[in-house]
Amino acid sequence: MTNEELKYSITELLPVATYDESGEFLNIIIPSDELIPLMKELRSKKEFDFDYLFCLTCIDWKDHLMMVYHLLSKVHKHCIVVKAKITDIQNPKIESVNCIWKTAELNEDEVYDLFGIRFLNHPNLRRLFLEEDWKGFPLRKNYVDENMIKL
Amino acid sequence: MDIKNNVPANKLIFPGQIHETPDGGFLITKLDEVINWARSNSLWPLIFGTSCCAIEMMSAADAKYDWSRFGFEVARASPRQADLIIVAGTIVMKMAPVLKRLYDQMPDPKYVIAMGACTISGGPFFYNTYSVVKGVDHIIPVDVYVPGCPPRPEALLHSMITLQEKIKNEAFFRKS
Repeated sequence: MTNEELKYSITELLPVATYDESGEFLNIIIPSDELIPLMKELRSKKEFDFDYLFCLTCIDWKDHLMMVYHLLSKVHKHCIVVKAKITDIQNPKIESVNCIWKTAELNEDEVYDLFGIRFLNHPNLRRLFLEEDWKGFPLRKNYVDENMIKL
Repeated sequence: MDIKNNVPANKLIFPGQIHETPDGGFLITKLDEVINWARSNSLWPLIFGTSCCAIEMMSAADAKYDWSRFGFEVARASPRQADLIIVAGTIVMKMAPVLKRLYDQMPDPKYVIAMGACTISGGPFFYNTYSVVKGVDHIIPVDVYVPGCPPRPEALLHSMITLQEKIKNEAFFRKS
């Protein structure tokens, strides 16, 4: 499907979604609690058939956090980007998508490690790269590192 | 330029004198010198590469640069059999205790070559990073530093020859 057709079909599914078409991929911006129903539809519906989650990351926008999921369909050869907005930056949490794409498990470990987002229903949420007793989440904008050498 | 030209001529020859007699001959030497000669020509490096410097280290080991010309060919996968650790690459906070433990497991006398900018000072990660150790000499004592990002294999060979010279000038029995 082209970006236009994807946008049309997804608007039918989820009217609250907003869009950003400035880049190569169609960006779908949704509230975080709409994530799992939308993702399940994107994975299971034959016309979408997004069977490959090729990138999972997060952005810290200071006043909110944005989870970013890049999806690809190996059948239809189309891509989209789903962005889920998390407004609670004190205690950020979102549903895990590892029940839909197994690869998300380690990606979500990494996001938890560096951004501190808690993934609900994740089988083994842990620090992936840093030590278990690391304080804070280094890729958050408000992270302060006392050992950092100032220029 | 052949790297062998960097070795002082008096270091290439065997440290001692052979006196021919009708029954065979005997050797006069100093114990320190002959032990150091033997030790410095069979340094066994530990296989330890954490990033791109390790690629240059592998290159120094292969047929083109061939560090076995200088007695480094027996690279060991176990610290208990190694004399030398070449720290080739960035050391992050999580790796630091592992490196310290490897160093502690090596039998004395042991030597350390810090290869590349990351190992010497943190290099490109000196500012603005939360995870990189800013110089491996915060963790273990370093004998020879090799600057470069990454250093060429010739530079690594030069550092190893420098280390050999350091060993040859040591007093083995008086080393604390």
